[in-house]
Amino acid sequence: MHDMSIAELALGLRAKTFSSRELTEHFLARIGRFNPDLNALITVTGESALVSADAADKQLKNGLAHDLCGIPLLHKDIFCTRGTRTSCASKMLHNFIPPYDATVVENLAQTGMVMLGKTNMDEFAMGSSNETSFYGAVKNPWDTAKVPGGSSGGSAAAVAARLSPAATATDTGGSIRQPAALCGVSGIKPTYGRVSRWGMIAFASSLDQGGPIAKTAQDCALLLGAMAGFDSRDSTSVDRPVPNYHASLNDSIQGLKIGIPREYFSSGLDGRVAKAVQDSLTILRELGAELVDISLPNSHLSVPAYYVIAPAEASANLARFDGVRYGYRCENPKDLEDLYCRSRSEGFGEEVKRRILIGTYCLSAGYYDAYYRKAQQARALIRQDFTQAFDKVDVVMGPTCPTPAFRFGAKGDDPVAMYLEDIYTIATNLAGLPGMSIPCGLVDGTPVGLQLIGNYFAEAQMLNVAHQLQQVTPWHALQPEGLI
Amino acid sequence: MTLKYTDIERLAMLSRLAVNETDYSAVCARLESVLALVDQLQAADTAGVQPMAHPLNASQALRADRITEFNQQQAFEILSDNTHEGLYLVPKVID
Repeated sequence: MHDMSIAELALGLRAKTFSSRELTEHFLARIGRFNPDLNALITVTGESALVSADAADKQLKNGLAHDLCGIPLLHKDIFCTRGTRTSCASKMLHNFIPPYDATVVENLAQTGMVMLGKTNMDEFAMGSSNETSFYGAVKNPWDTAKVPGGSSGGSAAAVAARLSPAATATDTGGSIRQPAALCGVSGIKPTYGRVSRWGMIAFASSLDQGGPIAKTAQDCALLLGAMAGFDSRDSTSVDRPVPNYHASLNDSIQGLKIGIPREYFSSGLDGRVAKAVQDSLTILRELGAELVDISLPNSHLSVPAYYVIAPAEASANLARFDGVRYGYRCENPKDLEDLYCRSRSEGFGEEVKRRILIGTYCLSAGYYDAYYRKAQQARALIRQDFTQAFDKVDVVMGPTCPTPAFRFGAKGDDPVAMYLEDIYTIATNLAGLPGMSIPCGLVDGTPVGLQLIGNYFAEAQMLNVAHQLQQVTPWHALQPEGLI
Repeated sequence: MTLKYTDIERLAMLSRLAVNETDYSAVCARLESVLALVDQLQAADTAGVQPMAHPLNASQALRADRITEFNQQQAFEILSDNTHEGLYLVPKVID
């Protein structure tokens, strides 16, 4: 059952080949078997999953169930889940049990999907390797000596290892696409505002966006359709109808214009990753697409701008964790200042503290114009690059990451080397555009990803192109050995 | 960009984070490497460019001025270590 797509599982449930309870028990058994080694989940909610599965089976029996009813899924531990610990992989929230569900959780629960548990991640979504989690790093199921990517490494690894057919994730600078690439699964970061951020613990509010990770573009289409939509509780949520992403998956891509930014194929890109991406582009041309050379001349500003804006917003967002109202509190504070300082210093990990310090520096008196304002101007230039590109092409494509998965500790002492891991994904967040990664080959036995960047709200077109490519390529169907 | 001890002290104070004196040089080195990265922005010609406030140029949504939240005091109290008669009990840190 774990090899089947969501659409196939939905058919199986309706044909009574298996029940949601049997499906849920099957995936819970896989979690019990493989998660102790992979560490992809922080919390397993087996008991409540079986209750939800029984409720789904009743709905399916009545014949009025949603397409996703009875399908198991995992939520990234950044989404608040009522009654279930939501830690953001931080000691700071180790004891936090939200009294409410995030809108994404609520939307997916309304379809009848069955939550199996919460996935591991980089602490407060700050990282590209999952090594910053308070609960220990997630291992890449393709090679357990290597990182799964981050910050949604637990979600990507869990889907790759077939511990769940689907997982939610979030993407602030590449946190859906980069782990999807390194784990050989599909993931889409929608347009900013397409998916509600309500109940999603904030990292950098002008960049954060939730989305799904699954085996295929088709599965992502089904999930995104249920996750997306206007939410009055999120003031950045966009009030715009959600298309039927599934309906256009089989549209022809004849005549589609694909922009290939030359800046995404320059030095720093592993030649083997470049070849895998080029091979996919050749196939897309054979399917009728036209490849167009384009330039995104301000691409080099993406990483510097991001590492001003994201830490600046993080330093403000994380100011709420003060040891007073909720979260970790230090022992025996001697005064109020000591309570704040020690609670935050003991509760946050090193990378989170580093980003708070950087953000504080960029926002401090005398530096605001030189850093934050300058970064927001660079952001406008980056958006303008894309706007001009989309006058000429329908979709932009390139590599998701510069290299395949790297070994644990390889970039631990050098934050800048780690930050450059997201060199191709960050611009999309800065511009607020939708981005997607799908597997496009193996390098040294581990997967690499093809990135698709669409125009605003063009998720349906991106999913269509990705689905068409997956109809004629094998990469999305491969799974790690030893996890049968 | 070179950071001094006093810069780290000031940043730590503003961030309400404690940085041990023994860690100052390591913290300094890592922050300097990140600031060297972001300093690449200074070479960009941004004259006359309006800073981007929102990808879709959206303005702040407004809602009707009416109460939509209901009292969940008991649910929220569960999150606290210690409560008494509707009050949150916290360590005595102010004399």
